[in-house]
Amino acid sequence: MNDISQAIPFLGKRNPKAALFALVVIALVSPVVAAMFGNTWVRILNFAMLYILLSIGLNLVVGFAGLLDLGYIAFYAVGAYTWAFLASPHFGLHLPFWIVLPLGAGFAALAGIALGFPTLRLRGDYLAIVTLGFGEIVRIFMNNLTHPVNITNGPQGIDQIDGMSLFGLDLNRGLQITEGFQVKSLFLYYYVFLAFVVLAVILVKRIQVSRIGRAWAAIRDDELAAKAIGINTRNLKLLAFAMGATFGGVSGGLFGAFQGFVSPESFTLMESIAILTMIVFGGMGNLAGVIVGALALSFLPEVLRYIALPVQMAIFGKVFLDPEVLRMLLLSLAMILMMLLKPAGLVPAQSRYSKADLLGDKEIAQ
Amino acid sequence: MITLLEARAVSKRFGGLKALTEVSLTINKGEVYGLIGPNGAGKTTFFNVLTGAYTPEEGEFVFNGSELPLGKPDRIVNRGIARTFQNIRLFREMTALENVMAGHHIRTKTGLLGVLLQTRHTREEEKLTTERAYELLKYVGIEKHARTLSRNLSYGDQRRLEIARALATEPRLLALDEPAAGMNATETVQLRNLIETIRGDGTTVLLIEHDVKLVMGLCDRVAVLDFGKKIAEDVPAEVQRNPAVIEAYLGGAHHAA
Repeated sequence: MNDISQAIPFLGKRNPKAALFALVVIALVSPVVAAMFGNTWVRILNFAMLYILLSIGLNLVVGFAGLLDLGYIAFYAVGAYTWAFLASPHFGLHLPFWIVLPLGAGFAALAGIALGFPTLRLRGDYLAIVTLGFGEIVRIFMNNLTHPVNITNGPQGIDQIDGMSLFGLDLNRGLQITEGFQVKSLFLYYYVFLAFVVLAVILVKRIQVSRIGRAWAAIRDDELAAKAIGINTRNLKLLAFAMGATFGGVSGGLFGAFQGFVSPESFTLMESIAILTMIVFGGMGNLAGVIVGALALSFLPEVLRYIALPVQMAIFGKVFLDPEVLRMLLLSLAMILMMLLKPAGLVPAQSRYSKADLLGDKEIAQ
Repeated sequence: MITLLEARAVSKRFGGLKALTEVSLTINKGEVYGLIGPNGAGKTTFFNVLTGAYTPEEGEFVFNGSELPLGKPDRIVNRGIARTFQNIRLFREMTALENVMAGHHIRTKTGLLGVLLQTRHTREEEKLTTERAYELLKYVGIEKHARTLSRNLSYGDQRRLEIARALATEPRLLALDEPAAGMNATETVQLRNLIETIRGDGTTVLLIEHDVKLVMGLCDRVAVLDFGKKIAEDVPAEVQRNPAVIEAYLGGAHHAA
């Protein structure tokens, strides 16, 4: 957590504990603040949490192991559709959260390995093209798996998906605390998503500072040298793909439950690119940067949409630029500005693959 | 003399080019063994075949009493052969310490579950890895750069770091590919001392080198490759007198040796 609090401007370096405390407070009260501007903003906040989860997962693959993946959204789709199949009237199944989410994560991990095996020898551009194709294949399957048995319900998607239910608490209903005070469903989802983000950060930090994290970094920096020190590059690349996909699958499941509706439209190439943009924009390989990037690039387009639509209506009397187009324009602009001004990303702190305190008094000041 | 490595008629072709033709040699336990030859003679190819980067068409290696798996770098390292590269190949985005810790990968066991749960075994192993890596940095004399990114180290220090990383795999045979290339006189002397120390501590060293003085002063025995064939194998003094070697390696310029 330390390097994340250190990324906070002004306070972070001087007083990491206070910075971390500030971070916790902000994370806890932000939906309350957002709600003052309307429930839409809480929803946007919830989606920002999902984007953070996705970015953390993609960062494992691209930032840590150096495997450029342009089809990452496919794993999100696998997680979301797993939830939709197992907890909706579509097949008449209504399995509980504790079964569906791990299953979604597991299927996504299998999909990750399925993508990893044929691409073991590929790097860079070639890997990007194959993964891009993989993402499209998954989406096209979702679109067309309606004959002879209707599995995915095609472009119409699957709706009336069950919400999440934790310890007997139905998140879709909200939590009645006293007669006059109720925690709304949107808020409950926010805090559950936040818990997943915190858990993801803790787990990924642990992996990064371990022999697995170092092996991934070794493969990323120089695959031949990694082999020459005895790293089994095949297994570790597959592990990276599977781990990254697991995060995608989990966020997909959360997405399905929260949205109540999934369709292939949510899993386009543009989404994969948006997530990749988030981690590149924030600072690839660096957890704090990835989170900042995901937050910034999931909020900014919404703010822009909020402003740009009324402005266009007021000036021209009609909408020239569709919000989705605006979003892509903004992402491209963010990339260009970043390359010109901050080529290493918003938070370019150096990634660490070892614990600073393990050397004790042998440590020499730099 | 106990034999550590025996190469038996190893051949490697690239298309029509015979990079290695039936090369056989024996390296004894505890010696510094030099592999020399003109540019393009097949020295680095021999390294790559030995360490599993390439698979030879014919021949085999017997290491420490049993056959080596061919073309399987990680299993070969596990058997106890570590190498460095002619053009330095470090992990650029990791610190010196982390580079050496990565080298310890194959001697550690922690799996994904152990990492995620941070079990006591994981934490102990991590601490041990860190301390051992630091000791190795000290061993090669660059411990004050432990927290420096490897790409920011000076050239000589990068060479040392690469050796430390190779030693972290706990090899029986350390294969160094032109470790003195690009070094100045002082650095070469330090390198020589380092190799002597490594040998003294019980690790056998296989050395490819162009620096004739270094090879002749350091090696117990030397093999000479020319056009992919072994033309001599003997103690340095004998090799220096061998007319075939002088012909091939020095191109007839007798004064240079």
